[in-house]
Amino acid sequence: MEKSLDLINARIRDGTARVVTAEEMPGIVDELGEEGALAEVDVVTTGTFGAMCSTGAFFNFGHADPPIRMERVWLNDVEAYAGIAAVDAYLGATQEAESKDSLYGGAHVLEELVAGGTVELRATSRGTDCYPRRSITTELLLEDMNQAVMVNPRNAFQRYNAASNATDRTLSTYMGTLLPRCGNVSYSGAGTLSPLANDPGFRVIGSGVPIFLAGGEGMIVGEGTQHSAGGGFGNLMVSGDMKQMRQEFLRAAVMNGYGVTMYVGVGIPIPVLDTGIVRSTAVRDEDILTDIIDFGTPRRDRPSLAKVSYADLKSGSVEIGGETVRTSSLSSYRRARAVATELKDWIERGKMELALPTRRIDPAKRARPMRETAVTPRVRDIMNRQVISITEDEEIRVAAKRLLKDETNHLPVLDGSGALVGIITTYDVSKAVVTDGKLQQVKDIMTRKVIKTTPDEPVDIAARKLEQNNISALPVVDATNRVVGILSAIDLGKLFGGRRRR
Amino acid sequence: MKLLLAFSRKGKTDPGREPVIARVVKETGVLINVEKANIDSMAGEMLIDVPDKDADLVRRRLEEMAVTVRVMENAVVRDEEECVDCGACISVCPQEVFSFDEDWRLRVNSERCVLCGKCIRACPHGALSQQG
Ligand code: SF4
Ligand code: SF4
Repeated sequence: MEKSLDLINARIRDGTARVVTAEEMPGIVDELGEEGALAEVDVVTTGTFGAMCSTGAFFNFGHADPPIRMERVWLNDVEAYAGIAAVDAYLGATQEAESKDSLYGGAHVLEELVAGGTVELRATSRGTDCYPRRSITTELLLEDMNQAVMVNPRNAFQRYNAASNATDRTLSTYMGTLLPRCGNVSYSGAGTLSPLANDPGFRVIGSGVPIFLAGGEGMIVGEGTQHSAGGGFGNLMVSGDMKQMRQEFLRAAVMNGYGVTMYVGVGIPIPVLDTGIVRSTAVRDEDILTDIIDFGTPRRDRPSLAKVSYADLKSGSVEIGGETVRTSSLSSYRRARAVATELKDWIERGKMELALPTRRIDPAKRARPMRETAVTPRVRDIMNRQVISITEDEEIRVAAKRLLKDETNHLPVLDGSGALVGIITTYDVSKAVVTDGKLQQVKDIMTRKVIKTTPDEPVDIAARKLEQNNISALPVVDATNRVVGILSAIDLGKLFGGRRRR
Repeated sequence: MKLLLAFSRKGKTDPGREPVIARVVKETGVLINVEKANIDSMAGEMLIDVPDKDADLVRRRLEEMAVTVRVMENAVVRDEEECVDCGACISVCPQEVFSFDEDWRLRVNSERCVLCGKCIRACPHGALSQQG
């Protein structure tokens, strides 16, 4: 049996359509079987509510008198992109205010507008014959704008990697606070309720399909930027009228140490046309797998620590390497449910009819990493290969002489076999002097926990290590822990200085 | 009841060098649970938990020893308007103060809070604050 969209829409119009949420669907399919569920259910509603950095809106402010061709635009001190005609601007959620003390950004402005608050518009221009005005400041409400169209370049990812951190310091990331030594796991996404998890083949989710966006009616524009459904990371570009939106489903947020983002509620109704769709909407948390990625690796390709399902993640703890680790979500399942439930209500009441995609989204497409034409400099390109070192049982006096003679501030300390075991600085030596000769050997004063780098580490990462640990040099070691060079803040200074000059 | 103790380690009356807690326990016989302590060369701060009925006694005795005592009425508090029930606070809390109820609503068991501040920084919605 198959069902046509026209039949489903006719039922929506006369109020007889059977609408269920994606959370209810697996149970119904279990009970009635696939054919039975197809006969019974007309629409499955999905929902998600989580951090979607890729959020923003186009505004048209109307013309002032005398008119101005706005070249730079700020809303509550957050700059919006104004390179689009005279009185239009696009405000992105993650853009941060220029002068506020606490973190305040585009997301806060968007929320303020939806909540009915006023925002200050400030704009400047060089002035033209047709638009003579050079600056303007005014207070605006959302209703004062001609249009306020939210357009989010990539929302509602099919799934998200979960995050943990194997290093020994706390990390602040877009996945929230990650405790050291895999102390927690942070995940995002609504699992069984997640829109794209219910139609991973993009059969009925595509351009032109009506959706729930932040409390208002929106629609899918098409594939999102960086859409990569072939690898399980499909996403959507969506759009909607901000004037219909509600604060409950549009919330500014600040990820500590990372920046401003926006929580957005997105829900997509799925017409149950055939058993294929019955099957895809019967997806459970158990069926949706994701990787726990080590965010401690500051590279694009981060290692996976474990493969888990959303059922595991939602249970409150998962196993990583035999240890139980607590999980927490960044997205709100409770509010995802509220999205799916409200969308269900809209359709039951005939407020929204469904449509099939006017253009399909490619379910096999994969996003590529950036093509980098300039080679990222590696530590080996700028490290100093003339390493002055010392062995651990040498006397401190010898270390002092060596530091003086070679005008260096750091001496890597080696053991008998030549492997790196510590580091000493001029400061350590002077400290030893004030202890009245109680400490004799290098190994008594050296720092044993050496922060180090490797020849092929990108320079930016080494620079961050220096900065974070407040140190001025890093020994460079090979795979066998032998010192092959030393990288100092001065070497880095030359590089970055050089870069800026170019 | 939780008491937040603060003492300076400068000057003659330096409770930081005295075994204040041990002394109060010994003198009053009240069992004091130290939940958090942060002591450096200049000052010290300590969060202790004592049975409600003994709180006054302990407080008086500590104040006599030049310790500033603040009663922590509330632990971490949640602003229900701001909270979206995401759960980002759950796994960062060392005391397991937060959990979800059956409806995925955040449940806060603030009695166990030691005011370490981790959740306050981790909450993306600024919904948590320290009150006391
Ligand atoms: S992190 Fe903040 S918003 Fe999220 S559940 Fe905890 S208190 Fe609520
Ligand atoms: S302040 Fe610390 S102990 Fe208290 S609830 Fe927050 S994380 Fe838990």
